[in-house]
Amino acid sequence: MTVGLGHYLSVAAILFTLGIFGIFLNRKNVIVILMSIELILLAVNINLVAFSTFMGDIVGQVYALIVLTVAAAEAAIGLAILVAYFRNRGSIAVEDIDLLKG
Amino acid sequence: MIIQAIFFYLFAGICVASALMVVTSRNPVHSVLFLILAFVNAAGLFVLLGAEFLAMILIVVYVGAVAVLFLFVVMMLDVDFAELREGFLSYLPIGALVGAVLLAELLVVVGGWAIGPQVAKAAAATPDISNTQALGLVLYTRYVYYFEASGIILLVAMIGAIVLTLQHKPQVKRQNIAAQVARGRATAIEIVNVKPGQGLS
Repeated sequence: MTVGLGHYLSVAAILFTLGIFGIFLNRKNVIVILMSIELILLAVNINLVAFSTFMGDIVGQVYALIVLTVAAAEAAIGLAILVAYFRNRGSIAVEDIDLLKG
Repeated sequence: MIIQAIFFYLFAGICVASALMVVTSRNPVHSVLFLILAFVNAAGLFVLLGAEFLAMILIVVYVGAVAVLFLFVVMMLDVDFAELREGFLSYLPIGALVGAVLLAELLVVVGGWAIGPQVAKAAAATPDISNTQALGLVLYTRYVYYFEASGIILLVAMIGAIVLTLQHKPQVKRQNIAAQVARGRATAIEIVNVKPGQGLS
């Protein structure tokens, strides 16, 4: 019944998979894709903190803090791009974002 | 120990269930609210792991800032979200397939993995200082450059977000500081000789 490192890593793996699954499932909705990316980064953070605790090394938590910072910055920039794009084109559907004809 | 296990399964179960609801719910507002629930439960997992400071930071940053940002954007944009959900079911099989393969791989890695005996464990966290103090002791000394770099990242993100969303409307009157500072006697007053019995103009 004791909760070990494997349990936390399993939760993080499930969360990571759900994030990837969300990107596939909501191919047209940029907002939900951004939320899925947040879920993926959360899974990474759970991994880092779990290893940090079970290895007895605090540096993992320092790194998790930096990942958290980058995730927050990424969300802010992504949503700002979304708002600016919506103001110009009136749509945020992913298949309309084809100005570069890539 | 049993209570710890109960809380672990509670937090982990709600976290995974709400993460599933984030990606499958119809309404993006519900997605954001389930994202908040997932982050709160992840903060519970962090508390169980002994990372209290990160748990509180997770709640402050995600529930307080990022989730509110998402809510604002979802409500501000006038988007037909039902239209964006078209093709949801057609992407479901390939998404489920990729997800299942990825999850199987990750779980195999988690299950078949062990720390090598030659890896020296770092010194265990001393129990007489709190998690926050322990984090601060390394964050502001050995990793101070990383700390500064994350500050720079936040500054750049802030400037970027402001520049991206700021719009100059030409019809809005703005304060012209240079004109205000350059205002002198010549531009501010005019001496008019008013004759008695007659008005101005």
